[in-house]
Amino acid sequence: MIKILHLSKHFGKVKAVDDISFEVKEHENLILLGTSGCGKTTTLKMINRLLEPSAGKISIDNKNIFDQQPETLRRSIGYVLQNHGLFPHYTVAENIAVVPQLLQWDKKRTEKRIAELIEKLHLTKDQLQAYPSELSGGQQQRVGLARALVADPPVLLMDEPFGALDNITRSKIHAEFKALDELKRKTIIMVTHDVQEAFELGDRICLMDKGKIVQNGTPAELLFHPKNNFVREFLEEQRLSLEFKSVKLKDLWQWLTPTPRPPKARVKMSADLGVWAGLEQFKFKADDTINIDNTENNETKSVGFEQLMAAFYQYKQQQAHE
Amino acid sequence: MNEQQQTLWDFMRQQSGKLLEQTIQHIGLTFISLFTAVLIGLPLGIFISRRKKFSGAVLGVAGVLQTIPSIALLGFMIPLLGIGPKPAIAALLLYALLPIIRNTFTGITGVDATVKEAAVAMGMSKWQVLSKVELPLAMPVIFAGIRTATVINVGVATLASYIAAGGLGEFIFGGISLNNTNMILAGAIPAALLAILFDFLLSRLQNINIKKLKAVTVALPLLLIVLSSFYLVPSAYATKLKAGFTPEFMGRQDGNLGLQSKYGLKISTVVISDAVMYKAAFEKQLDVISGYSTDGRLKAYDLVVLKDDKGIFPPYYAAPIVRENSLKKFAGLEKILNLLAVKINDSVMTALNYKTDYLHQNPEKVAKDFLVAQKLWKPAQNGGDGEVRIGSKIFGEQYILANMYSMLIKGNSHYDVATKTGLGGTKICFDALTNDQIDFYPEYTGTGLLAILQPSAKVVDSLTPSPQATYNFVNDEFEKRYNIKWLKPIGFNNAYALMMRRGQAEKLKIKTISDLKRYLESR
Repeated sequence: MIKILHLSKHFGKVKAVDDISFEVKEHENLILLGTSGCGKTTTLKMINRLLEPSAGKISIDNKNIFDQQPETLRRSIGYVLQNHGLFPHYTVAENIAVVPQLLQWDKKRTEKRIAELIEKLHLTKDQLQAYPSELSGGQQQRVGLARALVADPPVLLMDEPFGALDNITRSKIHAEFKALDELKRKTIIMVTHDVQEAFELGDRICLMDKGKIVQNGTPAELLFHPKNNFVREFLEEQRLSLEFKSVKLKDLWQWLTPTPRPPKARVKMSADLGVWAGLEQFKFKADDTINIDNTENNETKSVGFEQLMAAFYQYKQQQAHE
Repeated sequence: MNEQQQTLWDFMRQQSGKLLEQTIQHIGLTFISLFTAVLIGLPLGIFISRRKKFSGAVLGVAGVLQTIPSIALLGFMIPLLGIGPKPAIAALLLYALLPIIRNTFTGITGVDATVKEAAVAMGMSKWQVLSKVELPLAMPVIFAGIRTATVINVGVATLASYIAAGGLGEFIFGGISLNNTNMILAGAIPAALLAILFDFLLSRLQNINIKKLKAVTVALPLLLIVLSSFYLVPSAYATKLKAGFTPEFMGRQDGNLGLQSKYGLKISTVVISDAVMYKAAFEKQLDVISGYSTDGRLKAYDLVVLKDDKGIFPPYYAAPIVRENSLKKFAGLEKILNLLAVKINDSVMTALNYKTDYLHQNPEKVAKDFLVAQKLWKPAQNGGDGEVRIGSKIFGEQYILANMYSMLIKGNSHYDVATKTGLGGTKICFDALTNDQIDFYPEYTGTGLLAILQPSAKVVDSLTPSPQATYNFVNDEFEKRYNIKWLKPIGFNNAYALMMRRGQAEKLKIKTISDLKRYLESR
């Protein structure tokens, strides 16, 4: 869907982005991950032409973006900023309606779309007439997201969208983000320096350093098959929790031994979730078990904490020898 | 003493018509220039916020303009735009530019970069980013700049009266020249009130809720246009000839008031500063001016004095006036100052003034050349015996006299000399003398009589025909009231006079003030 070829951006002698190429498939969520100064935000801003590249090609849906008017291009790409970037002199409703107004939608259509969005994003109707400064950080970020989504653009660019939020609000918004059906239809490129966030939200991760892409792969690929020491060291500190987050319960299916006589299982969960989500359910009682439903083969397994950990260990062993 | 006892309120009521006219002119001047400054400054501020490399140059030039003293700026305008409202508006406009440009620039560049980026990323065009995001968000800062400019303009507009543009300055500077506190206050209080009022009104606009921003953005230009139009109120009447009188002359019994009461002269008049009056007459912007009979520019611009056939202008013989304490403190000072007595007559003084005013020779050089020619000059001796402080009013003749006295004192005694030249008009100079800030300055008998002593009209009428009687009267009264002594007169009589261009006067056959009146009344 989005193709980037030999893209470079030089600021004077500094090569902020140095000849990178990658592709993002439709409905995929690609994370540009790296420390500050690695060129990830510069890359993002070239996609909606906030910055013009020094060299290289970008196409969206096989259309060269440099053939279009920048304004027209930008109206078809949602953009979410780190510090929300809401207009302080506009109400929430006016903020969300910016792009529809530029596209000259009629009033009813705009109103209907806004009403639909605020419900999905857990905002209330009273808040529509409020000014951004009257909202909490989390609410502001939701409005920023609504503004980006309102015209239903196929592509969404997000620049550290949750970077300014506190941990509790962030994990809450992460959960909402994953559940939001609107986003499942989007091709998303998100920039972050937060490794946990990248592994939690990304289908694929592009790890960048000094303007170049070091490794481009799925979370599991980065963890278990790091391309070089840089990747290994980058993930080392948080390795265990990243592994728990990126390995899905269904990945362990073959090693999971069900408890022979399950007591009454309290919890039922999908095998599409990560190991971390499974571990969170245990209350650390001796005979505690959870039920895992695998939709791929319609099996359900009831497992305890020890079985889960054992399966995870075996999975890792196998990855190491692959 | 009648005028002194008159209360401020009486004065304002008596002059209410004039006060209203001046106030309206003042508001008009302030806002026409402000409006134009906004029209120029706002786009310029936007421009330099876009092309930052120009910002240093533009703000620098506007800043330099701001530092030019107001009177000097008005002076620069005259060769370009003549006299009257045009140069005044242009000068005020230049003063108002800096705060408007700077605040527009600061306001726009101060808009949160994230917000600007968001606006661009949403797909707004450059113009939309400016009009929908940058300008609304910069508006409070821009308002603050307009507010500053307004207050500056209300203040500087008082100086417009120097170049015949009217405004409350007419009362203020007339009052200072005439030593009339009521008159000063009648101009100064309304001017201060205007500044406070406009500042308050604009502050209300500035603090208005962000929601009402759109309404304000429309209301402000309208308000500016309405207030600007005040100045276009036509003047009362126009006659065949146009007169320009100094603020001092306007309010004096031996000036315009006397012309009206004794001659019945009716002529359309503008108030103008002495500094530009002669040139304006020469350039035919004015036909009749109130000058001084020894002024060098009389010679330079080929003007003739109209004979005062009814004798309303009292004698103005120049003499140093000295604090008696200073005469005691500096022994021999009186003798030294009297060295100049009877040495300079009218035509000599006019010639000396011509050298400074028109040939632009240094007053010090003119003074020295004269003393050397008169064999009065001696090389300066060493000082050390205490310092004599000489004052002077703010025009050429007084500078020359102050320099002569300074050289005489240095050459004939061991005193040091400090010259405090440019003490404005009579009031400032005289107050400096009575408050022991200076020891002496050259004063004129007529000024002492009419501006300082202000005796009843009867006394004035009895004294003015005789120069000697006038001199004796002021000398006695000054000694009694202020312990100030008049030394011997220098010789020349720098009296008020009406003047016209020689060519015009000859063509219209006007030789006396009565001729002028007859001409004005003829059809």
